[in-house]
Amino acid sequence: MRDVAIIGVHVTKCGEIWNKSFRDLFVEAGLGAIKDAGVDHIDSMYIGCMSGGLFVGQEHIGALMADYLGQAPVPATRVESACASGGVALRTGMLDVASGHSDIVLVGGVEKMTDIGGDEATYALATAADQEWEGFNGVTFPGLYAMMAVAHMHRYGTTPQQLASVAVKNHDNGSLNPVAQFPMKITIDAVLNSVLVADPLHILDCSPVTDGAAAAILVPADRVGKLGKKQGVKIIGSGHATDTIALHSRKDLCALEAVSKSAAIAYAMAGKKPTDMDVCEVHDCFTIAEIMAMEALGFFEKGKAGRAVEAGDTRIGGKIPINTSGGLKSKGHPVGASGVSQAVEIVEQLRGESGARQVKGAKVGMTQNMGGTGASSVVHIMEAM
Amino acid sequence: MTVGIVGYGAHLPRHRIKVEEIAKVWGADAPSFKKGLGLVEKSVPAPDEDVITLSVEAARNALVRAGNLDPQKIGCIYIGSESHPYAVKPSGTVVGEAIGAFPGCHVADFEFACKAGSEGMFVAYGLVKAGLVEYGLAIGADTSQGAPGDALEYSAAAGAAAYIMGSKNIVASIDHTYSFTTDTPDFWRREYQHYPQHAGRFTGEPAYFRTVMGASQTLLEQVGMKPADFQWAVFHQPNGKFPMRVGKMLGFTTKQMEQGWLAPRLGNTYSGASPLGLTAILDVAKPGDKIFMCSYGSGSGSDAFVYTVTDRIKEVQGLAPLTTDMLDKNKIYLEYGEYAKFRHKILKAEGV
Amino acid sequence: MPTARGWREYPQRYRYEAAVCKKCNKWHFPPRLICDECKGQEFETKAMKRSGKILTYTTIRVPPAPFKDQAPYLVAVVEMDDGPRLTMMVTDYRDKELKIGQRVKLEFRRLSDDGDAGTINYGYKAVPV
Repeated sequence: MRDVAIIGVHVTKCGEIWNKSFRDLFVEAGLGAIKDAGVDHIDSMYIGCMSGGLFVGQEHIGALMADYLGQAPVPATRVESACASGGVALRTGMLDVASGHSDIVLVGGVEKMTDIGGDEATYALATAADQEWEGFNGVTFPGLYAMMAVAHMHRYGTTPQQLASVAVKNHDNGSLNPVAQFPMKITIDAVLNSVLVADPLHILDCSPVTDGAAAAILVPADRVGKLGKKQGVKIIGSGHATDTIALHSRKDLCALEAVSKSAAIAYAMAGKKPTDMDVCEVHDCFTIAEIMAMEALGFFEKGKAGRAVEAGDTRIGGKIPINTSGGLKSKGHPVGASGVSQAVEIVEQLRGESGARQVKGAKVGMTQNMGGTGASSVVHIMEAM
Repeated sequence: MTVGIVGYGAHLPRHRIKVEEIAKVWGADAPSFKKGLGLVEKSVPAPDEDVITLSVEAARNALVRAGNLDPQKIGCIYIGSESHPYAVKPSGTVVGEAIGAFPGCHVADFEFACKAGSEGMFVAYGLVKAGLVEYGLAIGADTSQGAPGDALEYSAAAGAAAYIMGSKNIVASIDHTYSFTTDTPDFWRREYQHYPQHAGRFTGEPAYFRTVMGASQTLLEQVGMKPADFQWAVFHQPNGKFPMRVGKMLGFTTKQMEQGWLAPRLGNTYSGASPLGLTAILDVAKPGDKIFMCSYGSGSGSDAFVYTVTDRIKEVQGLAPLTTDMLDKNKIYLEYGEYAKFRHKILKAEGV
Repeated sequence: MPTARGWREYPQRYRYEAAVCKKCNKWHFPPRLICDECKGQEFETKAMKRSGKILTYTTIRVPPAPFKDQAPYLVAVVEMDDGPRLTMMVTDYRDKELKIGQRVKLEFRRLSDDGDAGTINYGYKAVPV
């Protein structure tokens, strides 16, 4: 298996992008990544998208995007793993290069969520959970995460203020990110006074509905410089794991086992430990998700992550900067794109191109992308070359 | 062969609304409604309750009291109601599936205003007596609606009573029964109308009283018994006043009727009314007790029954929730707005 | 209107029928074709007892469309006495203070319907005891 590097990235503005369609967004990201990489062709493409069908009535997304990106007849594959679609697309593209089968692979993700109403978007997102045995009985996606929060608070004493401080920190970071959907700073009080969605989660504990796309160009690590313009960022670890689809089937309601398992595989492959990470993008679909994911990734002991966020350990400049992009909360969560968008942030950090969000001296970074309530998780570890 | 009740069960919603709360909204005089109708409060079905759900829970209680009867032995299911969830598709098909009685079962839904439940009881009893089924399940259940501001709004309530009839392990034998029916236009609902209509004071003497008296007096004559021969009596109870008055007109005493007199705290459970009153009586009856029951359904008709309680009653009373416990404990009171939302009198607009 | 999808699950929604692994005795609800404990593929059908306890819960304030008239409402993860864990609404709880560990029993309730003219979906909800 060859080592793989990322030599080009692009993320679109995230938000309610009224004048851009599903295909427009992807093409923008794809062209941007190709230009950034300076490649003159691609061999194949992988597109992460949770639900073109429910959001815009469109399937056959691989062919659609190959066509509109002007890349037909290259093979194009749509990858789906709910909110981890982008991360799994990244991994699948990486394997295509690592195996020796392709040399230049475009990996992207896209979601166009605002062409339908709020109710329909909620329904589409809920398909990440167990439709028959969770959704049918009235629970919503925020409701499932809220139940994880209640269990975590009950067992470890995590507080609503600690949850809120995740959102505050992410907005602080997002205020420095030109593509962020919500680049305004917020306060703990603002979070706690915002409308409750599913107790104890307030609307400001929840990532938004977003349009957006992201893309990256992957090449064999030993061809960086020959195929692309800039320094590459090497993918040194990749891990993917699944867990039960339904929250109620998990062994431990307070743990994200798929995250721990996918991280363990990635750490082993990279020969790294949690303390080796300089910067990390974590899947904060809800504030509690960031807390539980950080514990699963080994950054903090079980039950201690809430306190760490409150203490400022995860700020830019803190012990382990988390979600320097603003996270899904402030930057936005165009579902299928998020996993790739996380990779864009880490690549830019490792290239030293993050401007006001730069983590000084960042050499090793991680992305963690998760589907549903943790039924799938994919972790990548990257290193500056 | 002696045929009777093998198992019985009741189920009531937990929500209630007081007469004062309804009167307040319409500017009516609560004390005179309470006095005139003999009502204090009524049960309100939650949005997730309907005749089918109430019937399933009542039937489950009846199966337990029937000695954890194997539901596959039930040969017929008749559910009587004025508020079946489907106009076409019997409530009995869902209830039978839920209790595991299928596929070998005869099912039909009954309608006869408030006596559809006792009709089901009569037919189930009849099929067992004829030897066509081993056990028959009859349920009287309703989640009736009263039109906003109408007198019936104070009383229209919800509840279910289930009876398993058979000839083995009886807790109360059905000794005699008689039905009295005429065409009497006192209360009706036309197809596609949401609320029923009633003929005001005509619903009293020429309808309820004439019919209940007719059925009861004739049955008492047929069996050669007097009211004093009975320990208990229960009549259809559309409000607190009517059953007491008709009982006394027939010669029964308050003491005989009190246990089964649920209307003041429950309201009118329509097809469940006298069947529920009977469950409350069975909860405390002693072996050898004789019970008189007469239902009433507008349109109109009455089914009268004479029961004799057996020794087995003592073994089963405590096996499932007691009706008066369900009536008086764990109540959740509603304000009118929430009540109106529960009863779908107000709905969120399309697209909200 | 398609109705087969819900109909197929009546034994679970109505009668709480679980699949008990013949090899390791683990109860599966809903039934599975392969035991997630021992990978056995032979099962016996048994109805679960209707009792359990709450492991975690939340109040849903932004309901999905089929439940819009019921919000706010409580949902919980309930651990059945027979072992399986289920997600369901909690109903008739208003004056009770709910907590983790609260004992509940399952009641047959109306979950949702397919509009005014469509079929009605029945299933299980938890009632605190």
